[in-house]
Formats: sequence, structure tokens, C-alpha cells
Amino acid sequence: MNLHVPQPIVSVRDLSVHFHSASKIISAVNGVSLTVARGESVALIGESGSGKSVTLRSLMRLHPEKTTAIKGRIEIDGADVMTMSSSTLSAFRGSVTSMIFQEPLLAFDPVYTVGEQIIESVRRHCRLSRKDARAVALEALRSVRIPSPEQRLEAYPHEMSGGMRQRAMIALALACKPRLLLADEPTTALDATVQIQILLLLRELQREMGLSIIFVTHDIGAAVEIADRVAVMYGGRIVEEAPLATLLANPCHPYTVALLSSRPEGGLSKGSRLETIPGSPPDLSRLPEGCAFAARCKYASEACKKSFPGRVAVSPEHYVSCHRFPESA
Amino acid sequence: MGAYILRRLLLAIPIMLGVALVCFMLVQIAPGDPLVSVLPPDASQELRAQMITAYGFDQPLPAQFMKWLWHAVQGDLGTSIATSRPVFSEVMTAAINSLRLAFLATLIGFFFGCLFGFVAGYFQDTWLDRLASVFSVFGVSVPHYWLGMLLVIVFSTQLYLLPATGGGPVGASGWAWDWAHVQFMILPAITLSVIPTGIIARTVRALVAETLAQEFIVGLRAKGLGESGIFRHVVKNAAPTALAVMGLQLGYLMGGSILVETVFAWPGTGLLLNSAIFQRDLPLLQGTIWVLALFFVVLNLLVDILQTLLDPRIKRA
Repeated sequence: MNLHVPQPIVSVRDLSVHFHSASKIISAVNGVSLTVARGESVALIGESGSGKSVTLRSLMRLHPEKTTAIKGRIEIDGADVMTMSSSTLSAFRGSVTSMIFQEPLLAFDPVYTVGEQIIESVRRHCRLSRKDARAVALEALRSVRIPSPEQRLEAYPHEMSGGMRQRAMIALALACKPRLLLADEPTTALDATVQIQILLLLRELQREMGLSIIFVTHDIGAAVEIADRVAVMYGGRIVEEAPLATLLANPCHPYTVALLSSRPEGGLSKGSRLETIPGSPPDLSRLPEGCAFAARCKYASEACKKSFPGRVAVSPEHYVSCHRFPESA
Repeated sequence: MGAYILRRLLLAIPIMLGVALVCFMLVQIAPGDPLVSVLPPDASQELRAQMITAYGFDQPLPAQFMKWLWHAVQGDLGTSIATSRPVFSEVMTAAINSLRLAFLATLIGFFFGCLFGFVAGYFQDTWLDRLASVFSVFGVSVPHYWLGMLLVIVFSTQLYLLPATGGGPVGASGWAWDWAHVQFMILPAITLSVIPTGIIARTVRALVAETLAQEFIVGLRAKGLGESGIFRHVVKNAAPTALAVMGLQLGYLMGGSILVETVFAWPGTGLLLNSAIFQRDLPLLQGTIWVLALFFVVLNLLVDILQTLLDPRIKRA
């Protein structure tokens, strides 16, 4: 129909994810809508328990089906992920969309070499001989700038350094040329100097391959390096969404403001204290009716406790969900 | 790898010496006079003294130990007091019989243990898991000599399907892998396999559950592997520990089947130990315990080497 508007790579509508445990229901994600354009990189930012990783993993339906209730619409590269059969789903994982993890040591099987694991993935999706798959794996290791890739193919995960392992993980994820990369806090477990190398590598690869990236992090500094657009999550909802520069210059949601001010600007001087957000994240098994941040918000009013605020555009491409920005305005 | 094996072999030497000392001392501490069983109750003092000198019981303990050890390492474990045959050949014949039985029992145990363990681990907290758990708890807690008697009652005296006792057809010497011989193994092997089945099942269940809960399983799913592909990874992760447990079970069965071998009159080390104890046959007892202990040491060594081959994280240094 509308041929000149390119179809987005990811379109999520009203996603909600609830985990059922024996005694309670945990509402990890409560109505997330997100669109990612082709070649775009979006950062999901939030504290632990904000639902960012859960959202990310839902995009590949990686949660155990027995205990998880997912609702909403997930469309990736034109395909409806929610209705995929298990064989379609596993063919889709790793070829169209792939994922990198926070702790690559845990994300690799410890008893297989890194090479075997990349080859396994390549052969799963590309019907190649062992020899050809090995060549693809070698090329993948080369593309993530791993020194002496031939030897790394034969190495076990525990024989590599943290940064090297994350590079190998990226090589594995990108070996089958996916269009979308889901990155689940890929730099959190790394040293600061290695973090920046990995972020730069991801950005380079993104440009080379025309990749779209959804990058989950709690570290705004990491998001700044990689994201075109940022979505801030709290209590399983996106509370603010804007292009990176807009968000940094003009944060609207009180949570975003608090998040931005609780980081050391240009290094902390001796004796001064880092600003923190008072209170603790909400209990996901007993979320309040209204805004989940109300209990910690200094602007909270009666309205905040009663209903969840709607999504409002404060400027083009800049959306916020907060009663201080009423829908009528 | 060669250097690793050599180092492990060298480390085994002090262990074997320690084992030798322990079995020598154990028998010395045990109450009872070994000569009671060879001498008539009304034997004269001269005859007693003569026998004591002949067996070397008059020498100091360290000298007895050194002499015993010196002969032991040359394969001479002395002469059985009860049968007057060399202990070494008695023990070896029995050990081979026991090994054959233990091997079959461990294989059965490994097969069913892995089967129950994988099913329970994969279907955690379902009725299948509970059923498998009931089997394994039954396996480790039922007295196996009692189970042996029960099997004899059902399959031998009621159904006349299998022989009740013995290590082969009457009059036959040696062993052959034909039905006439193998049928004697079936009931004792099943009885002996019950404990390893239970232990291996519980170990494998825990291993599978632990492996399935790891992050890399999500990683494998995320790269598009189906359940069969993931199963392969679970097996390789569980294999080193499962094999170690199986190896140790084989070792336990070699020496720990006194009751079952006695119930079935299986001519193995268990039966030999039993008769050595009751006849106060000191050389035979020492020799049997020592050979069993050595067997355990060697088995541990093999398991360790196998584990390093399977799990790259175990350092070979």
C-alpha cells in the first residue's frame, strides 16, 4: 500500500508480559509499544526490574512458555512473532534476529569451543559443509577484530578475556547476517575501557551491515555511544521516548530527570555526593493503579495515584507519559 | 596429557602405600586368633608356637608389614589359612567374577539411571519427575539383599525362570558368555543395579536441572537451536559428572556386594571376604581388601582422566 514509507524492522504494540509463580503474578511488562526503523539503534534504559530485559527477550519469545503470559503484537521484519510455530520461531532466531548477553562467559556453553558454537549456529541456518561453516565462523571472528582468529576458533570460552568473549559472542550473533540485534546489557560486565571498545565495534558493525539494534542498558553513558533514540522504562512501561539529543537536552519525565542527574557530571569532586533517586523500584507483583513512579516522585499529585498517564507528544518524536504533561495540552 | 597421566600415576603410589598400611593394621586390630581355625582345639603349645613362627606372627608388626608389602608388590599375598591356596589366585578369580557382575550391574544402573534422571530433569515437578524420584528413592533405600531374596522367591522358586544361586552351571569351570552361564548373572546383576540406578538418576536429574537453568541455554535457543540441539549440549555438560559417579559406583560394587554375593552364592570378592572373615583367614582378608582398594584407586584414576578429556575447564596442569 504505502510503498514509499519503509516498513519498520520492529513494531511492538501493547506488549505485556506476566510471570506466573506459585504464589503470585509478576507484571514485568505492562503495555509497551515500540517501533524501530531499519538501521536504527534504540536504547531501552531503566533500573533493574524496569522490564527492559524482559521486553527484549519477549521479542524472540525466549521466556519459558509454561510460566509466562505474553500479550500484544510483535512484528519483526514483517513477520508476526506471536503466532510463529516452534519450528518457524527457531528458524527465525539467529537468522533474522539474534541476541548478545550481559555475561558472555555464561552465555557460551562451557564444554564446547567458541568455534564449534559459531559453526553450530551457522550450520543451523545456512546448510553449509563443516569446512565452509568454519570459514564463515573464521570470517565472523575476523569481522569483530579478534586477533589471531584461527586460534580463537579452537579456544574454550573460559580461555578468553571478558572483552574477547563478548567480541566472540557478537561474532556468533552476527555470523548469519541478521537484520536485528538484541543487546541485553552487553557492556555491563566489562571493564570501562573494554566497554567503549565493544560499543564502538557495535556501532561500526551496525553501519557496515545496516543492522538495527535494540540496546538494553541501565547506563546512560553506554546509550549515548550507540543509540539514535532512547526509551526510558519504569515499572514495565515506557515513560519517555525521544531522540538521544532531545532526551539529554530536554528530559520531561521526573524519572528521566532523576536518572540523568544521578550520574557524575565531569567527575565528582571530592566530598560531594552522587545524587540518587530516593525510595526503591516498585514491587512488580503489586503495581499501583496509577503511575508506578508516583511513590518516589517529588511532583506526585492525587491524579498520579489514580490513573496511569497517557502518552503525550511534547515535540515531534518526543513522547512522555506523565500527568504534568496533560493530554489536552 | 601424557605428563598429566604420569603425574597422576606417581600420585597414586603413596595412596596405595597408605591403603596397604590401613588394611594391614585393620586386620591386626580385629579381635580373634587366626590360628583358631587351622589348629584343632586341643593342639599342643609346641604346635601352636611352630605355626606362629611359620606364619610369621611372632615378629614385630613393622617387620610383618614390610615383609607382607614386599611380597604383595610381587603379587605374592601369602597363602590362605583355610584353603592353603595362594591368596593372589583366589582373589583374582573372585575379582574377575565380581568385576563381570559389577560391570553388568553398573551398565544397567547407568542406562536406567540416565533414563530416569533425564526424564525427571526435563519434566521437573510433573508427575513423571515424581515417579522417577520414587524409583530412585526406592533404589537407594531398599535393602538390596532383601530385594535379592525377593527376586529369588519370585523368579526362581515360583516361576522357575532363572537359577537361584551359583556362578555357573554345576560342574562347569571357568566362564563363557552363553545363556547357561549368563542366566546366573541376571538376578544378582539386577539386584546390584538398583543402588547405582537410584544414585545416578538423582545425580543426572540435578545435573540436567542445573544445566537447563543456565544462561547459555537461553543463548542456544536465541541462536535457533531446537530441543534436540539443546539436548546434545545438556548431555555433554552432564557427562563428566555422570561418568564419575558411574565409575565410583563400579568401585563400590566391586567390594560392597558382600551381602548380595552371599545371597546368590556368587563366587566373587564379596563372598570371599565373607568366608575370610568368618574363618579368620587373615592373609586372605588382607589380600582381598588390598586388591579391592587398589582397584578403587585405579578406577578413580581412570575416571579423572576421562573427566579431563570431557570437560576442558578441568586443568590438565
